[in-house]
Amino acid sequence: MTGGAELFRAFDDPKLASSLAGRLARLEIPRPLTLMHVCGTHEHAIARAGIRSLLPPGVRLIAGPGCPVCVCPAVDIDLAIQAALRDDMTVTTFGDMFRVPSGETSLEQLRAQERDVRVVYSPLDAVRIAREEPGAQVVFVAVGFETTAGPIAAALLGDVPDNFTVIPSLRLIPPALAFLLEGAGTQVDGFVLPGHVSTVLGRAGYDVLERDGGVPAVIAGFEAVDILQAVFELIEEALSGPPHAVRNLYRRVVSENGNVRARETIARAFEPVDSIWRGIGVIPRSGLALRPALRKLDAVLRFGLERRDGIADARPGCICHEVILGLSEPEACPLFGGACTPRRPYGPCMVSSEGTCRARYQYRGTPRG
Amino acid sequence: MTMCLAIPMQIVEISGDDAICAAGGIRKAIRLDLLQDAAVGDFVLIHTGYAIEKVDPDEARETLELIEKVYRAGTGGRSGGESS
Repeated sequence: MTGGAELFRAFDDPKLASSLAGRLARLEIPRPLTLMHVCGTHEHAIARAGIRSLLPPGVRLIAGPGCPVCVCPAVDIDLAIQAALRDDMTVTTFGDMFRVPSGETSLEQLRAQERDVRVVYSPLDAVRIAREEPGAQVVFVAVGFETTAGPIAAALLGDVPDNFTVIPSLRLIPPALAFLLEGAGTQVDGFVLPGHVSTVLGRAGYDVLERDGGVPAVIAGFEAVDILQAVFELIEEALSGPPHAVRNLYRRVVSENGNVRARETIARAFEPVDSIWRGIGVIPRSGLALRPALRKLDAVLRFGLERRDGIADARPGCICHEVILGLSEPEACPLFGGACTPRRPYGPCMVSSEGTCRARYQYRGTPRG
Repeated sequence: MTMCLAIPMQIVEISGDDAICAAGGIRKAIRLDLLQDAAVGDFVLIHTGYAIEKVDPDEARETLELIEKVYRAGTGGRSGGESS
């Protein structure tokens, strides 16, 4: 029983990590390289382990649009705020979403004003609240990437009471990667692909990265050893000629074809739709809308919530939209660590525990490259 | 809670699509809707109350062996203190 658990911990083994780091430091880097990950959990792991301080000179490892709460546009948060302002509503949300401001308020502030807003761990918790409180209208803010879309789809396809609805705000990673490749202003020499999104997609789910000659890309896990190995292999590949196919370095949980059952579950509940990403704009077919049979569960339709597209994503002075695209480092923001801290966050990248600014601030004592 | 965070736990009980998982002395009720064939004893990744994928200990072992080999190829071998 413990054999398995010990095996997983081996990927966080400092000795093995420092061996890899030593090998990484000896690489010759003839030209500057920019590597990008697109996962908030990766940013956390990178910041915590001080991976950037271990990179050879000339190699940058930047964070792309990988934090679901950070890329969620203000217009979607505004829908949740509209719901919370109605007297008969209970709004349920993941903790990350709770504190993100839209305009001058947030779900957290509304709760302080006696509005019924509750943080849940699972969509099933929200369904349970609806069942236990039939007099309330319970709305669940459905935010996340492929990883989270599976559980949410499964919950919606199960037995849900009539007083349960969702605000759909799910987004898909491959269309965002395609957008980055088509010229979002960031030259990327290699991608570290998100391990848990990849459990759903599988290695084969990234064919978008293999078109037009392709770009180096590896699927990576979340321990120091996983990330160091990913960086090492990406550097070698970027310097050695035409890229290979996407490689899977997280084989202990990611298979070639991914979790087919999870994808089928998502496809039964949702269909692809154009979606707005904070700081980016509309990316075609990058979001998920409820299928017609489930539209009765859409809170926006049922309660006539208004999609106020004019709401500004960026508060004055905030550079989250540049941080999301990897165009700016958090430390370049004049608000970072002063007017914007995890205790009093100003922008979404500091709010979410997956946000790039939050991770950098939390581990700011850890040496950087 | 980070949103795409998923933690490995071991299945100790199954009843239909409901299961109990354990890790580090913690027991947790989870759902198996998203897995094809989960069995008691399997390690699974848990995310927002659902098992999202099985964890394969053999693949974990192979990846570690590969990394060890790459490291040795780069240094000409190591005198001791091998990671296990």
